[in-house]
Amino acid sequence: MPRHWRWLVPYLFLIPGGLWLLAFFVVPMLVMASVSLQTGSLGTGYALTWNFGVYPEMIGAWAPQFERSLWYSIVVTALTLAVGYPMAYTIAFRGGRYKSILLLLVILPFFTAYIIRTLSWKLILADNGFVLGNLKDIGFLDDGFRIIATPIAVISGLTYNFLPFMVLPLYVALEKIDPKLVEAATDLYASRLQAFLRVTLPLSMPGVFAGSLLTFIPAVGDFINSEILGSRDTTMIGQIIQRLFLNNNAYPEAAALGFMLMAAVLALVFIYARFVGADELTR
Amino acid sequence: MTATAFPAATDRPEPVPIRRPTVGARISRLVLPVFTGVAVLYLFLPIAVMIAFSFNDPAGRQNITWQGFTLRNYVDLWGRPDITGPMVNSLIVAVVATLISTTLGTLIGMALTRYEFKGRTGLNLLIFIPMATPEIIMGASLLSLFVSAGVQRDLTTIVIAHVMFNISYVVVTVRARIAGFNRALEEAAMDLGANEWTTFRKVTFPLIFPGILAAALLAFALSIDDYVITLFVAGRSITFPLWVFGVSRLGVPPEVNVLGTLIFVVALVFIAVQIWSQRRAIVARPEPGT
Repeated sequence: MPRHWRWLVPYLFLIPGGLWLLAFFVVPMLVMASVSLQTGSLGTGYALTWNFGVYPEMIGAWAPQFERSLWYSIVVTALTLAVGYPMAYTIAFRGGRYKSILLLLVILPFFTAYIIRTLSWKLILADNGFVLGNLKDIGFLDDGFRIIATPIAVISGLTYNFLPFMVLPLYVALEKIDPKLVEAATDLYASRLQAFLRVTLPLSMPGVFAGSLLTFIPAVGDFINSEILGSRDTTMIGQIIQRLFLNNNAYPEAAALGFMLMAAVLALVFIYARFVGADELTR
Repeated sequence: MTATAFPAATDRPEPVPIRRPTVGARISRLVLPVFTGVAVLYLFLPIAVMIAFSFNDPAGRQNITWQGFTLRNYVDLWGRPDITGPMVNSLIVAVVATLISTTLGTLIGMALTRYEFKGRTGLNLLIFIPMATPEIIMGASLLSLFVSAGVQRDLTTIVIAHVMFNISYVVVTVRARIAGFNRALEEAAMDLGANEWTTFRKVTFPLIFPGILAAALLAFALSIDDYVITLFVAGRSITFPLWVFGVSRLGVPPEVNVLGTLIFVVALVFIAVQIWSQRRAIVARPEPGT
């Protein structure tokens, strides 16, 4: 290839994949934005009428589900952090030569399908299943006691399913920390707790942020856990979007909801980017 | 007298006391490992239950209490066209989507790590944002596109969607591998008279191949497990996760546990082979990665 064509080489490499992402990620987003502003029906066809009224209408109609999704996801992120941080810390600092085996054990359950794992929880938590049924038989639990179909079931399902997304980035961040820094802190008379709070924790913050994002984003749009483990009282925004789109064929309404969810998530991501620096995200 | 023979005790440095950890300290050192062990058991709990109940002999459709051991669920599985159809669909989609997304993603990964070009920030953003988008939104927006354009939804649209969400993961995985790549090895090959193509074939590709393989495995796993996006773009086609969800509406039939168990075992064998071949590679190469 002649020398003055060299600058073209990287573009040849990135154009096929870049075009795919443009055509099937960016363009669909724009189409969804346009669909949200259309009016009409499946029978008569849709026309773009710039009907911005659908947005306040949808917020009015589905505010509780929107709010619930945000709350569940915040609780789930906090729980995965509470369980995942000690796990990642132990694997990174105390794992020794078992580090890679322990990491493998964390990922291994995720080689079964997401749906089957969640269905397995439905089996474990079932009202008269082998756990609650037996506890009720021996009189340990009241007959009316149930976990399935409650917010607890949905939140535990989400926490279970996204725990590895929290542990892995935390592990990567903790593993990078030089143990000598912690030693230096204790040599300078910091207690173990002080050394952790002043040295280890701040250095692991990129992992905390990445893990929180990787947990929060899929959790807020999730509809499988609530669909399988929840009830009408745990309906999340993902379920509403899915039903409006696929069952009711209410395309403009569903598109408007989807677009608002996307906007909420993107706003969050950019606040996060400000917080830790954009390099951390696109690295 | 003894005072002159031996220097006064106060002149000597204090002997450093060997601090033995107290019982309390020893117990507190156990807290983290025990917690981690329990957490790992928690991660495996649904898997263990899934495997156990694949051998259950339930009375009706409700497979929630233990009734007795049977192998019937496994034997009954053979020759069920309602299961093999979705399985074959899933495999076709996963293989095709993996091949396309690994190729496109690897090319982008090479462009990002080996060349300077304008628009790098924009490209990074284009790769990052799909990973930061809830699946339901990607599914919904693709459905908007296909409905607006009047595209018939079938396996092709599923492949299109899977390639889309796989590309970013492939780029990230491959880039991590190429970033630690020693360019001097390529320069050495060129100095020894190899042209660019030969250098790529004999030096570059073998070195980045593990990264490409890892990316392909990840893409395959993501693709074969996807439910949400597939639901939106499947039309009348049924993949394995769609089938599982469909039959589990009322109660989880044992076939689902059996298939889950079989897939888990296949994955285990795959990992075992992977670890074994890595061990061999390390033994064959006495001085790894300088």
